[in-house]
Amino acid sequence: MNFCIQIDPSDNTAVLLGDAHQGESVTILGKSSQQVVETNESIAYTHKIAIKKIPKGTAVIKYGISIGHATQDINIGDWIHLHNLASDYDERSSTLELHSGLSTDMSYE
Amino acid sequence: MTLPSYSWPGYLRKDGRKGIRNLVLVVYTVECARHVAHLIAQDEPESHIIGFPGCTDNQYAIRLLLALARHPNIGAVLAVGLGCEYTQPAKIAEVVRRSGREAEWFYIQDAGGTSASVERGKEIITRLRLQLENGSQIIPITLPDLVVGAECGGSDATSGLAGNPVVGSFYDLLVDAGGTTIFEEIAEMLGLKSIMLNRAATPEVEVQLADAYDNAEQYCQDVRQYSISPGNFAGGLTAIEEKSMGAFIKGGSKPIQGVIRVSERPTKSGLWLMDSVPDPHYMQFGYTNLNDTEGIMDLISGGAHIILFITGRGSVIGSPIAPLIKITGNVKTYFHMEGDMDFNAGRVLTGEMTLEEAAYDLLELVVRVANGEVTKSESLGHREYFIMYKHQDTPSLIDGCRL
Repeated sequence: MNFCIQIDPSDNTAVLLGDAHQGESVTILGKSSQQVVETNESIAYTHKIAIKKIPKGTAVIKYGISIGHATQDINIGDWIHLHNLASDYDERSSTLELHSGLSTDMSYE
Repeated sequence: MTLPSYSWPGYLRKDGRKGIRNLVLVVYTVECARHVAHLIAQDEPESHIIGFPGCTDNQYAIRLLLALARHPNIGAVLAVGLGCEYTQPAKIAEVVRRSGREAEWFYIQDAGGTSASVERGKEIITRLRLQLENGSQIIPITLPDLVVGAECGGSDATSGLAGNPVVGSFYDLLVDAGGTTIFEEIAEMLGLKSIMLNRAATPEVEVQLADAYDNAEQYCQDVRQYSISPGNFAGGLTAIEEKSMGAFIKGGSKPIQGVIRVSERPTKSGLWLMDSVPDPHYMQFGYTNLNDTEGIMDLISGGAHIILFITGRGSVIGSPIAPLIKITGNVKTYFHMEGDMDFNAGRVLTGEMTLEEAAYDLLELVVRVANGEVTKSESLGHREYFIMYKHQDTPSLIDGCRL
């Protein structure tokens, strides 16, 4: 069985405690009423899964605080990362390669 | 749970400071002297090295060199220069001697080159070590004497879930026992201003925290550099705000007694925040938290006897002067890099122990290391150091904070 941690009851995202494949039911550890979330795609250990719908432009909440805003509509069960969440501070946040986090704006020629 | 009354032998310096190691420090004053300094300290027991690469001198770097050379774990110093540079080894030795420690210095050009300098340096180290071994005053050390610094690096999402919370709980235990704790990385507190301000011990400290936060945020905007890296992203962290929250937890839950700048030290026990962010300056030089080693040097300059380094992804670095304990909240990382990891905080995520139990476990490890147990990075010879050009508005060379 796979688990994810919802740190604060107001969080709309949780952290996976194991690698999850697409369509897997993940048990939510936390204080909210939700029990289970089904993944829409494979999501890696320590990465975030949406446990509430997050409309484009609204805050992604973790630890009970905003960790940035959704750059597109996010559905329950989606992987939340660089492709759909941008920092409100760091303008380089949306320019990075999704899976590795490596920069795409630096020349090596 | 009440703490046992820990006590172990340490070293009383003539300036009144108490150390948990009895080291000779070799300090070089320009990159050109680096190789010679390393050859001098090579194979010499209990002899560590730091140095500054620049030929042009810098007030921040000089303050940092002097703070490190008079650290309580240091008993004696050898300063080595090439002979052309601005930074003066003679003055370093003089300041160190005024603190009651033995100190010597020479220029490589005067000694007659590499081989002659290595020979001369090794003779000096042998003499200094003999003096330390025969002349050091041994005293009992207890938890109220201890200063611990915490830094995270190679963070992933477990750092904010397990690694940093365990350190935070341990920090609370140490502060309750009368000890002193320092954390830093204000550039990793972005987005948390109100949470930070709520932790101020006094209204004056609240003003200090607000100033430090505003300076950090402005700085990050100006240089367009935020303290988040590809490894953090791969580890499940997406935004600096998210990383910040995980990083801030390592400070525990006690009131913050004040903000100290690099090379200043806490004036009383409790939790302190170190600010390493550069101040506005005509040359605009100095990144903040350029790498983990820079932050670790800052914490040691504040007098930390031991460094707790929290790494979810798995870093391998160590530190000179103060032993470094490596903690990971990621069980996969712990077993994958067990030869480098000292403490598995991931056990609180697998349900093997509670946060409180892990904090007590960490306390036991800290006391053992303070009593001489060698950490993984120490045994592997990791003593990375990093001293850079930077500017901070700290006019006085006298130790102490601005309160």
